[in-house]
Amino acid sequence: MEISSEDNNLMEKVLPTVEQESDVELETKVKKYLRGEGANLETLKDKKLKTQLASREKLYGKSAKAAAKIEKWLLPAEAGYLETEGLEKTWRVKQTDIANEVDILSSRNQYDIVLPDFGPYKLDFTASGRHMLAGGRKGHLALLDMMNMSLIKEIQVRETVRDVAFLHNDQFFAAAQKKYAYIYGRDGTELHCLKERGPVARLRFLKNHFLLASVNMSGQLHYQDVTHGGMVASIRTGKGRTDVMEVNPYNSVVGLGHSGGTVTMWKPTSQAPLVQMQCHPGPVSSVAFHPNGHLMATSGKERKIKIWDLRKFEEVQTIHSFHAKTLSFSQKGLLAAGTGSFVQILGDSSGGSSHNYTRYMNHSMVKGYQIEKVMFRPYEDVIGIGHSMGWSSILIPGSGEPNFDSWVANPFETSKQRREKEVHSLLDKLPPETIMLDPSKIGAMRPSRRKEKPSRGEIEAEKEVAIEAAKSTELKNKTKGRNKPSKRTKKKKEMVENAKRTFPEQEHNTAIKKRRIVEDAAAELPTSLKRFARKN
Amino acid sequence: MKIKTLSRSVDEYTRERSQDLQRVFHNFDPSLRPMEKAVEYQRALTAAKLEKIFARPFVGAMDGHRDGISCMAKNPNYLKGIFSASMDGDIRLWDISSRRTVCQFPGHQGAVRGLTASTDGNVLVSCGTDCTVRLWNVPRPTLEDSNISSENSIEPSATYVWKNAFWAVDHQFEGELFATAGAQLDIWNHNRSQPVQSFQWGTDSVISVRFNPGEPDILATSASDRSITIYDLRMSSAARKIIMMTKTNSIAWNPMEPMNLTAANEDGSCYSFDGRKLDEAKCVHKDHVSAVMDIDFSPTGREFVTGSYDRSVRIFPYNGGHSREIYHTKRMQRVFCVKYSCDATYVISGSDDTNLRLWKAKASEQLGVILPREQKKHEYNEAVKNRYKHLPEVKRIVRHRHLPKPIYKAMAIIRTVNDSKRRKEARRKAHSAPGTVVTKPLRKRKIIKEVE
Repeated sequence: MEISSEDNNLMEKVLPTVEQESDVELETKVKKYLRGEGANLETLKDKKLKTQLASREKLYGKSAKAAAKIEKWLLPAEAGYLETEGLEKTWRVKQTDIANEVDILSSRNQYDIVLPDFGPYKLDFTASGRHMLAGGRKGHLALLDMMNMSLIKEIQVRETVRDVAFLHNDQFFAAAQKKYAYIYGRDGTELHCLKERGPVARLRFLKNHFLLASVNMSGQLHYQDVTHGGMVASIRTGKGRTDVMEVNPYNSVVGLGHSGGTVTMWKPTSQAPLVQMQCHPGPVSSVAFHPNGHLMATSGKERKIKIWDLRKFEEVQTIHSFHAKTLSFSQKGLLAAGTGSFVQILGDSSGGSSHNYTRYMNHSMVKGYQIEKVMFRPYEDVIGIGHSMGWSSILIPGSGEPNFDSWVANPFETSKQRREKEVHSLLDKLPPETIMLDPSKIGAMRPSRRKEKPSRGEIEAEKEVAIEAAKSTELKNKTKGRNKPSKRTKKKKEMVENAKRTFPEQEHNTAIKKRRIVEDAAAELPTSLKRFARKN
Repeated sequence: MKIKTLSRSVDEYTRERSQDLQRVFHNFDPSLRPMEKAVEYQRALTAAKLEKIFARPFVGAMDGHRDGISCMAKNPNYLKGIFSASMDGDIRLWDISSRRTVCQFPGHQGAVRGLTASTDGNVLVSCGTDCTVRLWNVPRPTLEDSNISSENSIEPSATYVWKNAFWAVDHQFEGELFATAGAQLDIWNHNRSQPVQSFQWGTDSVISVRFNPGEPDILATSASDRSITIYDLRMSSAARKIIMMTKTNSIAWNPMEPMNLTAANEDGSCYSFDGRKLDEAKCVHKDHVSAVMDIDFSPTGREFVTGSYDRSVRIFPYNGGHSREIYHTKRMQRVFCVKYSCDATYVISGSDDTNLRLWKAKASEQLGVILPREQKKHEYNEAVKNRYKHLPEVKRIVRHRHLPKPIYKAMAIIRTVNDSKRRKEARRKAHSAPGTVVTKPLRKRKIIKEVE
């Protein structure tokens, strides 16, 4: 490019196209690290505060830029990929073809473990992806180290096991057995029997809060703090038995799928659900949450998979496929759907805000295998499939996060590091009140308004709980002839009345209707006659 | 087709030998850290609680004087030593690390009112109510000074008698002159037995004097006619003077911003002024309930310590209206002098109960050698606590201080008095014609007039 002295200024603006692209890339990365918009400082009148905040905002900008540059240049590993040329389609690529192209270490991750006697297997991975827990329906529990492909401990509990879950690390795990849920240590000793919950259908662990959430066979949701063993919340969902429960990793709310086609979201501090969404005409078969917290995938018996946006609670995409019995999102946003003996992986072909999930890969197993659960392994390009004949694992390039952070989850942890991490995570344990739909609100100043009134549904639910509590209190057994049955019933009625009185009366329905009629009538008048409208 | 899957080889991600450090990998992506704000808030809460657990500011007391302590002086060349003088004429040099007297300087017949050391640390100047100014040679601390128990006394190298009792003395920062405050302001030279210069403005006695650390010829004085005067030695006259509502007990110049000075006033507040513009205070520091007796700046220029008649020592930020910290003990009576140590770590208070007390400037600071990782952790805790210190739970913990009952009650009374005054003023303003009732800002209210 010929540069004359007059064009010097122009040269700074006209960069070669490669550099322009990388600038744009860096911009998007910087936006990610800025975590939202900067504060609007124009409205401040206090000059001292304004200058302090302005210098702080500058510092945030600098650190975001530094983090973006680190991401571009300094991260040790790169994500996996599967690129086809010409007429080849990615979903026609078989696992055997992949095994031929990849290195030996990766091809060790493709295997089938056949254990036909112990029933369909459920899986769980630790947060670092290093350990796996497999639980067979007929009572076989196995704890494995995936890095060395070795079995750490296996036990046979001789009861039906409906679900298994790791607690905060590989030292403890929980199993939902026939009558109760049990907590076991790493060497297979039974540590606790969780009797309060009853027969449990699904178990999930909320990592930041150290809460073990479960839904039992009568549709009750229980949250228990595993550090001190106290039950934080037992919530009657009122929607019947369900075994579809998942935890949203972004904000730690629990999503339940019900047989009426609704998906409800719960937090431990309230008796009423946060959100109720009507997702499918029939029962919801499974639910999965994207790690960024904005997307939810649900599947129903009508052979559709729907992708929902959780910020607007709108449907983003419907995929007409098969009846997916189990769904799972990977760290990079790939969606796996499993049914019968067939697994389909869907990938997001368009980046950014519009989501378009299309076929990425398929895998069909031996005809007799009935898939029970699919789950992506964290930080690896591997998906674990638990089925009726044991469990398998196959390679899905591009599904795992290539770079882990040692302070968050370290697959190469030594025992000393594990112990330190346990202590630090206990110090950082969040109280259950921090679970909310939008976790970025924590630490923000609340706009000065009067307290928001809880919604009607919430008030009714809490009222019911209070009345139940009042009814179930045991009265003291009085002696010397003071224990008459009439007096006892009177006392009980009084207690229930007191419980009801703490909730202010809701407006009667008719009053609302009257007001609405008047408002409608007023709206119909032409503008010149509006001042004669009846004001009530 | 091109296929690549993640495969991590164990050698790249673990250490080679057992002597090496463990390898640590970072990925700052926010999507790997859900609920990071909540975790940060929890850490802020824990940091605030830990700070309170480790807050043990009192280090020790130096016992030895037989009467209340009237003044102290720092030796700018020797960090471990501090001079103190009491109301019965006893001057001692203390070693702070062992908290014992190194040597005594007997000689004064009455109360010693002022004590100061020259900038090179060799000469100690003291003045008292017995109308004398005495100069002493400070013994050089040698490496064989392990026998501190030897209490040797030193004879004064010079004694100058003058006409009136003295109230304060201060030494010029670079030079041989020192100034005494008495019936008027006198400037002395080390070698002359009579003052070289004398200044007087009005007929009242001068209570305190302080040389400017930046400009060696400028000094500020306060007199008992409730005024603060700034003198310039080169002009051999006073530069400017302001008269306030109450008397100023002590003045300190900011060592990092030498044009600013802070005056400790009799009404319990400290007023920071810009030396060039004295008609309005830059900041009013209001937390003491009784007269503030002494004030000293930290060498960083960011904080100052005040000792007050209400038996407490407070540390204020240089630009903030309220104190960061309060120190009090049941045994500490009226505090007459305070000094901030030259390494900005300790605060020394001398009080009426004949003791000098050593306090930490930052109550929860870990003294001694700190490993770099510990230092980083402390800095992180400080930063995360400051980020969330406006939220109610964290604020409650950070703000909490135990106050002695008399101070607590006095503060409540002062608050109600001020509230009612303000309410009355607001009502007067609301019910009169706009513009007739003008409220002066507090920074100006206490200054009556400025005189050239």
